[in-house]
Amino acid sequence: MKSTPIARCRPPIWGGMMLELKAINAGYGRAQVLRDLSLRVQSGEILCLLGRNGAGKTTTMQAIMGLIPLMSGAVLLDGEDISQLPAHEVPRRGIGYIPQGRRLFNGLTVAENLEIGLMARKSGHDTLEEVLDLFPRLRERYRQRAQTLSGGEQQMLATARALCLRPKALLLDEPTEGLQPSMIEAIRQVIVKMRQTGVAILLVEQRVDAVLSVADRVAFMENGRGEAVMDAENLRRDHSIVERYVGV
Amino acid sequence: MELGPYLILASLEGAITAAVLALTAVGLSLVFGVMRVVNIAHGEFFMLGAVIAWWITGMIGGPPAVGFGVALIVAPLMVGAIAVLADMTILKRLDYDPERTIVATIGLLYIIQQLTLMSYGPDAHPVTAPFNTRLAIPWVAHGEGGWTLIWPWGLGTTSYKLAVIGAAVVVLLGVWLMMARTKIGLLMRATQQDRDMALAFGIPVERIYALVFGMGAALAALAAVLIVPIQQAHYLMGGDPLLLSFIVVIIGGLGSLPGTVVAAVLIGLSDGIISVFFSPTLAKILATLLVALVLIFRPQGLFGARGR
Ligand SMILES: Nc1ncnc2c1ncn2[C@@H]1O[C@H](COP(=O)(O)OP(=O)(O)OP(=O)(O)O)[C@@H](O)[C@H]1O
Ligand SMILES: [Mg+2]
Repeated sequence: MKSTPIARCRPPIWGGMMLELKAINAGYGRAQVLRDLSLRVQSGEILCLLGRNGAGKTTTMQAIMGLIPLMSGAVLLDGEDISQLPAHEVPRRGIGYIPQGRRLFNGLTVAENLEIGLMARKSGHDTLEEVLDLFPRLRERYRQRAQTLSGGEQQMLATARALCLRPKALLLDEPTEGLQPSMIEAIRQVIVKMRQTGVAILLVEQRVDAVLSVADRVAFMENGRGEAVMDAENLRRDHSIVERYVGV
Repeated sequence: MELGPYLILASLEGAITAAVLALTAVGLSLVFGVMRVVNIAHGEFFMLGAVIAWWITGMIGGPPAVGFGVALIVAPLMVGAIAVLADMTILKRLDYDPERTIVATIGLLYIIQQLTLMSYGPDAHPVTAPFNTRLAIPWVAHGEGGWTLIWPWGLGTTSYKLAVIGAAVVVLLGVWLMMARTKIGLLMRATQQDRDMALAFGIPVERIYALVFGMGAALAALAAVLIVPIQQAHYLMGGDPLLLSFIVVIIGGLGSLPGTVVAAVLIGLSDGIISVFFSPTLAKILATLLVALVLIFRPQGLFGARGR
């Protein structure tokens, strides 16, 4: 395998909205998982986080949401340190979270799940209509309980619930896990649409091909540490670097 | 007198037990369902409701209905406030850890009990019912002239006892409406389903917990205010409601409100009937036996969902 020069990242565009992790250390109880992890996602950009199982991708998202406390470091949204806020204030600042495994409010109906998304940032009825236009299937299932939806519909609902916040930043943790190609494509289109409206998107994904077709930049992580960050363009041209970090 | 009138009498007593028990147990069930913690001090909140009702009615004086009306509102609010305080100062600090919460609420039980003993004293005190008209109940008998209505001596109840049943039904409907139809109920149900996701969608879980703990205690206190004109207030009166509430909540399915109500009616009625015909002790023994059977054959309770 010939060595490839690691491409330089695009310089950050100052002034634009962004989500930034500054050397965060975090874990569960005393077990540290994340070590000095730094990341930066610009507004209108898709940053993809790649890493093996157990690398700490989900933990990163939970740390951003304030669901696990930071040992040190900071999470900045638009320059504001949100890591000091109580956890329920984090989404209210404009972060939509689509967790791994969907984690819907299962006993609640589609309508109620969306209502909770709307309440977080006091979004209005127009937001609901916009979101339902993105996922017309949810309109048909509106009074159905979340646990009775199909896997694909559940993922739509998880995505729709997060979009109901009108997020400035969106965290997606393996949104295409276990979905058929047409459903993956639908999710992909929504992500791209969100990028166009200027949302900062942090995407965790196992399927490298799916990632490379939408990502602007790719960040690799290993054992809770951030590794190289590269333009997706370079990876599309040269696959070998991907194998180095996520190959089996 | 034949068996029939006795049965009616016993069912009526049972219905009152059931009504009060349903209120108390729904409070316990709400706390367990949403917060996933067991509140051993629940019976003491019940007792506080009765004692505060006695205290308020004594202070206000005048016609019984006025003092009782005030107590019916103020006692649950005061007990609810005490519970919210306990939640914020104790349970929150334990991070709602299930085991540590059990130990902490056992401590709370003794603190409340002893403080009541020191201030209120060891005696039982009655509270006058706001109204108490005796109502005779007719019975049909086969006499010489065919079927006739008779009014057996001793078969009767009071308007207050019927009002207790009515009030419990109204409050339970209110709780159900709140959970199913209001915004705060939606937030509580979401918190119950997935605490972390509730946080991740902006629900102030700690405030919901404090509110639920306060509401649970207020329901127990309300039940006690309703029963205190029939039963008298005493600093040790919290034991039975706690035991019966646990029985009801386990039989009904932990955290299931409809299950809790059905189980309360079942246990309350059978408790009344068995107590009248046999003995109150036998009623408790059978109820406890039923719990054992439910735990063996249907651990999720009669109405609980499997696999939580
Ligand atoms: N609740 C938890 N308590 C303790 N340790 C945990 C917990 N959740 C995850 N971990 C540990 O943290 C490490 C990182 O897990 P994480 O879920 O963040 O990995 P991941 O990169 O998302 O993996 P995957 O691709 O499988 O989803 C793992 O070693 C895991 O065992
Ligand atoms: Mg993960």
